[in-house]
Amino acid sequence: EFRRFSLERSKPGKFEEFYGLLQHVHKIPNVDVLVGYTDIHGDLLPINNDDNYHKAVSTANPLLRIFIQRKEDADYSAFGTDTMTRKKNVLSNVLRPDNHKKKPHIVISMPQDFRPVSSIIDVDILPETHRRVRLYKYGTDKPLGFYIRDGSSVRVTPHGLEKVPGIFISRLVPGGLAQSTGLLAVNDEVLEVNGIEVSGKSLDQVTDMMIANSRNLIITVRPANQRNNVVRNSRTSGSSGQSTESSLPSSTPNMLGNLQGEEESDEEDIIIEDSGEPQQIPKAAPTSESIESLSQIELLHESTQNGFLPSSEMNLNHSAGSISMEYEVPEPGRKSLEEDGTIITL
Amino acid sequence: MRRFLRPGHDPVRERLKRDLFQFNKTVEHGFPHQPSALGYSPFLRLMAIGTRSGAIKLYGAPGVEFMGLHEENNTVMQIHFIPDQCQLVTLLDDNSLHLWSLKQHGGASELREEHRFTLKGPPGSPPSATQVTAVLPHSSREVLYLGTESGNIFVVELPSFRVLEDRTITPEAVLQRIPEDNCNRRSCELVEALREHPKNPDQILIGYSRALIVLWDLQNNKAIHHFLGSQQLENLYWQRDGSKFISCHYDGSYTQWPVSSDNRQSEPLENTVPYGPFPCKAISKIYWQTTKNGLPYIIFQGGMPRASYGDRHSISVIHGSQQTAFDFTSRVIDFFIIFSSDPAAEYDDPSALVVLAEEELVVIDLKSAGWPAVHPPYLASLHCSAITCSHHVSNIPLKLWERIISAGSKQNIHYSSMPWPIDGGTNIAPDPPQRDLLLTGHEDGTVRFWDASGVCLHLLYKLSTVRVFLTDADPNDNMNTLGEDEWPPLRKVGTFDPYSDDPRLGIQKIYLCKYSGYLAVAGTAGQVLVMELNDEDAEHVVDHAEADLLQDQEGYRWKGHEKLKTRDGPVRFEAGFQPFVLVQCQPPAVVTSLALHSEWKLVAFGTSHGFGLFDHQQKRLVFVKCTLHPSDQLAMEGPLSRVKSLKKSLRQSFRRIRRSRVSSRKRRGGGGNASEVQEANAKFDQDALQEMELAPVQRKIEARSAEDSFTGFVRTLYFADTFLRDSSRHCPSLWAGTNGGTVYAFCLRVPPAERRMDEPVRAEQAKEIQLMHRAPVVGILVLDGRSTPLPEPLEVAHDLSKSPDMQGSHQLLVVSEEQFKVFTLPKVSSKLKLKLTALEGCRVRKVTVANFGSCKTDDYSENDLAVLTNLGDIQIISLPFLKLQIRYPCIRKEDVSGIASCVFTKYGQGFYLISPSEFERFSLSTKWLVEPRCIVDMPEVTSNNHVHNKSGTENAARKSSVGDCGEDERKSGRLMEHALLNDEKVLKEIQSTLEGGR
Repeated sequence: EFRRFSLERSKPGKFEEFYGLLQHVHKIPNVDVLVGYTDIHGDLLPINNDDNYHKAVSTANPLLRIFIQRKEDADYSAFGTDTMTRKKNVLSNVLRPDNHKKKPHIVISMPQDFRPVSSIIDVDILPETHRRVRLYKYGTDKPLGFYIRDGSSVRVTPHGLEKVPGIFISRLVPGGLAQSTGLLAVNDEVLEVNGIEVSGKSLDQVTDMMIANSRNLIITVRPANQRNNVVRNSRTSGSSGQSTESSLPSSTPNMLGNLQGEEESDEEDIIIEDSGEPQQIPKAAPTSESIESLSQIELLHESTQNGFLPSSEMNLNHSAGSISMEYEVPEPGRKSLEEDGTIITL
Repeated sequence: MRRFLRPGHDPVRERLKRDLFQFNKTVEHGFPHQPSALGYSPFLRLMAIGTRSGAIKLYGAPGVEFMGLHEENNTVMQIHFIPDQCQLVTLLDDNSLHLWSLKQHGGASELREEHRFTLKGPPGSPPSATQVTAVLPHSSREVLYLGTESGNIFVVELPSFRVLEDRTITPEAVLQRIPEDNCNRRSCELVEALREHPKNPDQILIGYSRALIVLWDLQNNKAIHHFLGSQQLENLYWQRDGSKFISCHYDGSYTQWPVSSDNRQSEPLENTVPYGPFPCKAISKIYWQTTKNGLPYIIFQGGMPRASYGDRHSISVIHGSQQTAFDFTSRVIDFFIIFSSDPAAEYDDPSALVVLAEEELVVIDLKSAGWPAVHPPYLASLHCSAITCSHHVSNIPLKLWERIISAGSKQNIHYSSMPWPIDGGTNIAPDPPQRDLLLTGHEDGTVRFWDASGVCLHLLYKLSTVRVFLTDADPNDNMNTLGEDEWPPLRKVGTFDPYSDDPRLGIQKIYLCKYSGYLAVAGTAGQVLVMELNDEDAEHVVDHAEADLLQDQEGYRWKGHEKLKTRDGPVRFEAGFQPFVLVQCQPPAVVTSLALHSEWKLVAFGTSHGFGLFDHQQKRLVFVKCTLHPSDQLAMEGPLSRVKSLKKSLRQSFRRIRRSRVSSRKRRGGGGNASEVQEANAKFDQDALQEMELAPVQRKIEARSAEDSFTGFVRTLYFADTFLRDSSRHCPSLWAGTNGGTVYAFCLRVPPAERRMDEPVRAEQAKEIQLMHRAPVVGILVLDGRSTPLPEPLEVAHDLSKSPDMQGSHQLLVVSEEQFKVFTLPKVSSKLKLKLTALEGCRVRKVTVANFGSCKTDDYSENDLAVLTNLGDIQIISLPFLKLQIRYPCIRKEDVSGIASCVFTKYGQGFYLISPSEFERFSLSTKWLVEPRCIVDMPEVTSNNHVHNKSGTENAARKSSVGDCGEDERKSGRLMEHALLNDEKVLKEIQSTLEGGR
């Protein structure tokens, strides 16, 4: 069964309250449940603390799909990256755990303090030799923990092979965010920082760009080790049921993709008024004056997204005071989830 | 529809941008870095200076300047003007010759390189065969004589630089014609000097290094005379009538030789070692100038006693019984004498001695008693003491301008009243649109006020803050303590002094209120001085207060320098800006930001520890705020810490370079202290080098955190009358931004004028904004209801049309190194931003609001942000929408000191240091452009024996009329300057007549 209700986007409240609300809406006050949601990449991710709850609310677009399952018959393996896209039948797995008996899962435990620390994004629009990694610095005390250096790489140009200067990862700090993700390695060549190509820029410029984006750093690299590349699912098997995607111009390297996804998360400047409590600085409601700036952002997308139609809705949501949430308990065979890794949100 | 227009493709805006913005580097102010050659044309009355970097600069009357650059960037060794032509030849250290000429183009003269040439010997000959050592442009203007290391003298045709091989004067040919047994092939090696006979263009005097001097007849290819000295030859000079010449030598002697037609081998008339009898240094150049009273002037460079004064850079002038050795603080590059250029005149009658030293230009008036120096209108040595900061004030009210000039004129009484003797060319640039002041702060605690309105950066007034403090240096301890009878009769000239008594005196921040004449300066040891302009000398006590910026913080210990000691009791100050309040920050760290509000009578100052507000009316500290983060220990280390800003260490290395350049030849005085400093410097170098070798070229990627060092460093302070607490009442406020991305806002209560002395000024913290990206805050600005930046203090009182809109809602613009952000006020919510670093990888170094006027329509102007980035680019960003308008590369990104020194003006111009002694001026505006525009005409050819130029006479007739007109303008220029000092009405009258005349 599914329910649909609305929540105020700007004041999502605490996870506890939300959990209570879910139990209330479903009239299951004493049943322990696992709560999950699908993020914009179609991943089924858990909601079990304030952080990922707020994150979930902020990704509502405008709908947020929430899944709940009883804790006792939960399938933990359903969670994680690409769960909703790679697995053909996530939903049936969730609903019918007995399907899984052929391949018993070792359940260690559900991570209690779940937070994303990194992700590979835009797999579908980048060449297979490239990898776009997002490092989520906010909310963790871990240092980003890597160094970059100058170097040279070989490129295929109209004049044959040419050596061109490039920027490379020179060192990973043990225990740092970069190392812990396992997505970046020494000698990976850095191609873009938050969607901006680094070619022609000096080491210091690239350093400054990375530091300026450090709260939401998205690095596109050409991994030194090309054997572990993510193989694009639409090519390897038809299992994803997303054959429609193959029509996408998937080899364009400079796609913006999801680069703007978490744009605002790093903008939480803090104000202390009259020596009171620190508060986050809100965004001013757009007035006629700021329309120009808004249109500028849109135009930026228009020029960079290579044929994807911008959703006009998104910009409106940008400042909407509340969001509505779609809430459903999936039914077998229902192909409910749309997956489009190329959606741009503000 | 509008939202789909690309920002870069709005045709209306694009057209407007073309009318508003334009980038030009317009003129270089100051003294050329590393000068290497000097030339002068008595005919054009122009002086040329060549530099080690291959630049050549021509100067004439104030405002007449030209610049050229040799492609090779090689050192300019020699400069020779072609007689009676607008042409000159330069010799570079790669042995190439270049012909430059001044040609008129579009109504103004331009300096262009016409030809280049390198002398080539026969195949297989050594390079020394053609290494040019002496150049003589012949008065026929058709040929150049080139003396070489091999002793050959080549003749090349002008302007084609074709070698006339049949006219080459070889050593063999010379020796054949000298019936002398003790002359051999070696006597004719290396031509040191070539001089044309002053009366007979067919004779030239050839001086070989080994003291053989030959008077050569060009027509008949024979030696008329030869003269054999005993000492190695340095240079030669003819007496005006051609009856004698003088030679100077390596042993510090000079010799006069008679030239008579009867005897073929002459004995010297007189041989003198002026600073003997002990061994002396070489005299490298000498002039012999005749006068009406019969006593000649003998002027020479060098010749000092080797042992005791061998390290002095001197030029001696001997005139009868008068003798002075002018003593320069830096090496003498070259010098020339300005004398009567009329060939018909009987005597030289010298009027001025012009000396190019390595660090300054000195002109000595030889006509006035005591030979005083002439105050140069340009080529000022900006770096007399190293520049530590600069501040520009546009559009100075006439009254203040006059008062500063008058204060300055009292300081210049020891200068000669002689008009500037190098006065060739005519300045045809329009009068500067307004009076602009550039203030430079120096390491020795002085502030210099420069007239930056026009092409000539001219020193108006010099202010010293030293008098307020007790320093170790004895003010009487200088080099002029020598008595009357001292020998040699040395006299120190020039202003260049690379030695700073106490680095704590250095000026770091300057703020001048042009309406009230209040000036605030702040320095290296946490000193903040507030001054007032007084037209009279005065003696008074400076009120003294201390601001403890650490307040309640425990456990910190300042490891840096001590605070400056102050003088007790009244201090005598000369007319000009006189300090009346001194605030000393504790710890005495360098003052990093300063703001003055002349209407509220408040001064705010910040260091790396915090900031404070001082009421200079009641002379009371209003409050202090500590910004130090508990973990930041580095902030306590003081200026001796190794962990210092890059800027600092760069300046140090600059200073080191300069010192080593000077000190190697400088006197040994000063004792052990100097050598200690040198040792420390050497150690510092070594350490830095080691550090560089160890660190691999890689960069750490890490988010900024609150624990970073120097987060408490106060980068900017700003006063604003705005809506801080609620939207109905505005109030005075003080804003401060730190290195850690924090903005503090204080609400101020300033009592009304009638109770200003009775009630205290109160302050209360109202807001604190923490930018999450934590980049240093480099600018804070409040925009009024019309999105116009708030006016300066007292600006409204002086110009009512500018009063801010206090009805609409105000906005706060915070500029960090990485982002521009607009917030609403009084409730702070973010409205707009531009993430510069995230997009472009560059950081903001300097930002100012500039007003740009359209060159097409007079009534349109707009305010934009002028931004200099760490890459040396200049960007213009619109207000209030923060859209990038245009970007220009300006400074090389490696030139860190250039970027650090940049100042913008309020009308879209700017200055930055291209060397320790030179400001480059640039303009971003189409409307406000200060650049040299001048004409150099061929003056009338007065000589009767130089009529090679066929169209010469008619040319001259035409030119002379232009010249007259130029003379008029020069006169009116002086008149105007005089008028500026006296009456605005007169000025207006003159202006109107000038405009009518055009």
